[in-house]
Amino acid sequence: MTSQKKNPIIALFASVQLALSLLFLLAATSIIGTLIPQNNILNFYIEKYGAKTASLLQILDITDMYNSWWFLGLLAFFSMNLIVCSLERIPQVVRTIRKDGLAVPPEQLEKLPLHKVLTLTASPGETGQRVSSFLSGHGWKARQTEKEGYQLFFAEKGAWTRFGVYVVHCSILIILAGAVVGSSTVANKILHNPYFAFKGSMMIPETDNADHIVAFKSNKRIDLGFTVRCDSFAIEFYSNGMPKTYRSRVTVIDGGKPVLATDIEVNKPLTYKGITFYQSSYQPYQDYVVSLKKQGGTVEKTEVIAPARQADWSEAGVSYGIINRESQGEVTRRIKVWFTDNQGEPSQFWVNVNQEAKVERPSGTYLFQARQLYATGLQVAKDPGVWLVYSGCLLMLVGLFIAFFLSHRKIYVLVRPQEDGSSRILFAGDANKNKVVFSEKFTDLISKLET
Amino acid sequence: MDSSQLFGITMIAYLFSAAFYLGLFIFKTQRIGLIGMLLALTGVIVQTAALGLRWYESYRMGVGHAPLTNMYESLVFFAWCTTLFYLFMEFRFKARVIGAFVMPCAAIAMAYASFSSRIDTQINPLIPALQSNWLIAHVVTCFIGYGAFAVAGGLGLMYLMKLSAVDKKSTDASLCASLPELKVIDDLTHKTIVFGFMWLSAGIITGAIWANEAWGTYWSWDPKETWSIITWFMYASTLHARFTRGWRGRRIAWLAIIGFLAVFFTYFGVNFLLSGLHSYGSN
Ligand code: HEM
Repeated sequence: MTSQKKNPIIALFASVQLALSLLFLLAATSIIGTLIPQNNILNFYIEKYGAKTASLLQILDITDMYNSWWFLGLLAFFSMNLIVCSLERIPQVVRTIRKDGLAVPPEQLEKLPLHKVLTLTASPGETGQRVSSFLSGHGWKARQTEKEGYQLFFAEKGAWTRFGVYVVHCSILIILAGAVVGSSTVANKILHNPYFAFKGSMMIPETDNADHIVAFKSNKRIDLGFTVRCDSFAIEFYSNGMPKTYRSRVTVIDGGKPVLATDIEVNKPLTYKGITFYQSSYQPYQDYVVSLKKQGGTVEKTEVIAPARQADWSEAGVSYGIINRESQGEVTRRIKVWFTDNQGEPSQFWVNVNQEAKVERPSGTYLFQARQLYATGLQVAKDPGVWLVYSGCLLMLVGLFIAFFLSHRKIYVLVRPQEDGSSRILFAGDANKNKVVFSEKFTDLISKLET
Repeated sequence: MDSSQLFGITMIAYLFSAAFYLGLFIFKTQRIGLIGMLLALTGVIVQTAALGLRWYESYRMGVGHAPLTNMYESLVFFAWCTTLFYLFMEFRFKARVIGAFVMPCAAIAMAYASFSSRIDTQINPLIPALQSNWLIAHVVTCFIGYGAFAVAGGLGLMYLMKLSAVDKKSTDASLCASLPELKVIDDLTHKTIVFGFMWLSAGIITGAIWANEAWGTYWSWDPKETWSIITWFMYASTLHARFTRGWRGRRIAWLAIIGFLAVFFTYFGVNFLLSGLHSYGSN
């Protein structure tokens, strides 16, 4: 080992003690942010903790601690630690794996924790052949060597599993890299390209459209490069009144042409050109979408109207308006409609929203339906790092599995001739992990040769 | 017969099972331990049926979803995972007395789920945010991990008891004589933590994917997420202390207990003491 003449900084970063301290520090400091509410305005902290404490919290960035210089610094330190520590150990692992099992001095084999001696009456030559075919018959591809006074066979499995640990470590770095790539702060302040990665929201009234979002935190406008139209928004409820579905029907308009029409629901986002739209909120308006149809006719009309305004459908020669409402909070339950075809007295009636009313008039029967106008609130994110994060996660699970449950197993068989012409066989084995399971397999294997 | 009655039977089976395992620990009569095991086994079979039935009932109510979506259901599932994991361990490693340290945990979870006034036992429909298969994957993976960590905590406690009895050669020495060898407990604790760590990692990952599908952010440092990563850091430290610094025995036993306290806080404390996205558990 060259560890004596190492640069002290590298030595520091290579140390596992530092890793343990950093893991502890990360865990301990993370607690702070769960106790002190994050990302509120200054007045909130002043009211809650007093002016002095509040300014201290602000100086130390504790009001947004997971993005603070010191917490990110801790993470950077941790990553350096992980990189240096792993790089330093990998050559050692490569050496361990390359080590030739046939070069092991025979005396050492008896010192391995797993060993067993058998005597076979066959000659060493025959025995050697038998051992070799026995091993390969049980999935152990053995190499062999003949030296003065002995034959040695060596087989190993899973040498590569020694890299499992480094797969895990590497996966952590990949996840962190993904977080950096997808960070809107990095896109803004380092790449100076807010479009590269962002998070924000848009509020689109039904039948209206929007071509930009407002970014979180900075409140900057970011153009999407295409337009999203909200065709309709609907909430469905369970019978007990709990919300069941929030659904926006949207159309993406790119280059002036509608290219995609789909529904967005919670847990069913829409992704278009790397930008993902999530159903996140809604806003009821005090306007109504009225659909009108004449029974037997082919024409229809849909229009957005405000209450207490007269609207005309000139093709059919009718006029209508909403003259009264019953609401619960901002959500309208019933409306009172005024309707006339300019023949006789106008009709006036109450109808529930979303329910069809039949209006009998001298000129025919009309079907009237109104629903409240909503705006859909979409959260919009562009995160080019998310695939790195997901790959890192997958890699981590694979790496953990390798590191924890697979092992590097070795079997040595030493055959020596004895004076009476029989052969003395020494079986020895070793595994770097899960030794108990391996020792069972080892014993099992030998018992098969004995029979 | 409905699922709540079956859960009631499960709870009683676990309570008695815990009592019998404690009886085994104190009186060292093998037959008492056998009864404890049979009760735990009966309990887990009944509970499996109850889980299936509750699932079916939710479909009959027209709100069909796996029974893994609120505090009540998660507690019940926790008890199920813990018992199942424990029984597997008992069969695999033949150390029955460990039940005295694990089954009380499962019994308390069931009793708390059934009797606490803070917990709603009704089957409720799912609000839109919870309608995701990732939710199921998330809860299942997390709770397999939590079950393992509960067992590891019990093993840690057992280790410390045995250790103090061995050190003092006191009167408890006879009480602890029936416990497995210190080395065996230590090894089991480690294996259990390793198993739990794997599942906790998977739990955090599936949770992150779900959050990204629902809100477009895989990690938002809300208190529950933060506490889960704190727990993860703690177990990662424990594993490294063991692998690279050679920590064994007493220290690992303490870390197993502290780790479980962190799990407990992540699961309960956060819901009741802190506020955040995961507050669905608190009502
Ligand atoms: C939270 C982050 C980390 C995780 C999840 C993690 C995971 C692991 C895992 C699963 C093992 C395998 C143990 C085994 O089966 O042999 C391991 C070993 C190890 N880790 Fe980490 N690790 C993390 C951070 C670090 C850091 C920052 C260092 C930097 C010094 C480090 C250094 C080591 C070393 C030296 C080993 C032993 C390798 C060996 O067996 O030779 N780990 N780690």
